[in-house]
Amino acid sequence: MTARISRTVVSLAAVLAAACTSYYEIPIETPIRAKLDVGAFQRVLVAGFLAGGSDDVDGNLETTRLLRSQLRTKSDLRVIDADVLPLIEVAGGERKAPTDATTPAPAGNPIKNDKDIDQYQHVFANTEYWKKIGEEYQQPLIVTGTVLFTSREQTQMQQREQEVFDTLGRRRTVAERRLVERKGFGLQGRFIFIDGRTGATLHSQNFTESILYDANRQTPALSSYFELMDKLIPNFLATLSSQKIKGTRILLN
Amino acid sequence: MRVRRVIGALLLAVFVSAPVLADERDDAKAQVQFGIRVAQLGLWREAVTHWERAVKLDPTYAPAYNNLAIGYEHQGDFEKARNAYEKALELSPNNAYIKQNYELFREINDRTNKQDGR
Repeated sequence: MTARISRTVVSLAAVLAAACTSYYEIPIETPIRAKLDVGAFQRVLVAGFLAGGSDDVDGNLETTRLLRSQLRTKSDLRVIDADVLPLIEVAGGERKAPTDATTPAPAGNPIKNDKDIDQYQHVFANTEYWKKIGEEYQQPLIVTGTVLFTSREQTQMQQREQEVFDTLGRRRTVAERRLVERKGFGLQGRFIFIDGRTGATLHSQNFTESILYDANRQTPALSSYFELMDKLIPNFLATLSSQKIKGTRILLN
Repeated sequence: MRVRRVIGALLLAVFVSAPVLADERDDAKAQVQFGIRVAQLGLWREAVTHWERAVKLDPTYAPAYNNLAIGYEHQGDFEKARNAYEKALELSPNNAYIKQNYELFREINDRTNKQDGR
């Protein structure tokens, strides 16, 4: 009896406490600080990328264009319009001097995988080169890096419910597992931020994203490329400018 | 006889301290309410000051810590926000509103830490 009374009192107290608590939904903006202090720069040059992989997308041109347009609308830095640097040629020229002017250039993009990219990565460590580029454009923040956009295929186990009827006509569902082939694309690489005054690397960030579709779905490579870049852009922008995440919280009394 | 005396002393202590505790809770509530009003007007810094006062007046008042955490979050002070949310949950572990606020905060905080590679 006593236990019953005390239980009732406790639950009444809980109800009263809940009734006394007022709540107010309020919008808030949570500020996220930029990872890189770009206070010393007023201008940004998205110079170009060491890009390769699929021949369907020009990773250098598309990435440069996309990042410039994003920075134009979502950062305070002034974006410099300039020709996109052919970094493969720049890095290739550093590696070996041209032997003969009549020797034809290799057809297509020589970068097919990450090992190929490694052969050209030394260009980012060439501070003299980047300093020279910086001088040419009034010492901006330089954005460059690597982009490897490749097609992918994967076989995955897929489970789905299937309806079956027994001899008495009763319906039941059974899980059916089967292997399905999926096709898509992967995007991996690195964004590199270089100080245009010194040519030194200030910050770099790696990225990897992939997307797979049903094998019978025909998705254009360029559309997949933009889909993947969409996932990377918020991180890229968060490096350069502080952002505010809008949300709501509940204030209590 | 002795038991009666102890119970009597306990009851006396409760009756004497209850108004004092009630006063502190009332003052804290007033601070919290005022903080809410100014936060709704967008005056977050002032709101935080009132909620800080409220937790000093009544360190057992979970809503004050919850609101303070939101205020800190709005100011970008994630460390203080986490501590305040954790204190609010410690005082009121079953409060669904505090839990929800904390979950939303953690989502942003974890994402920021991931970006920083921490």
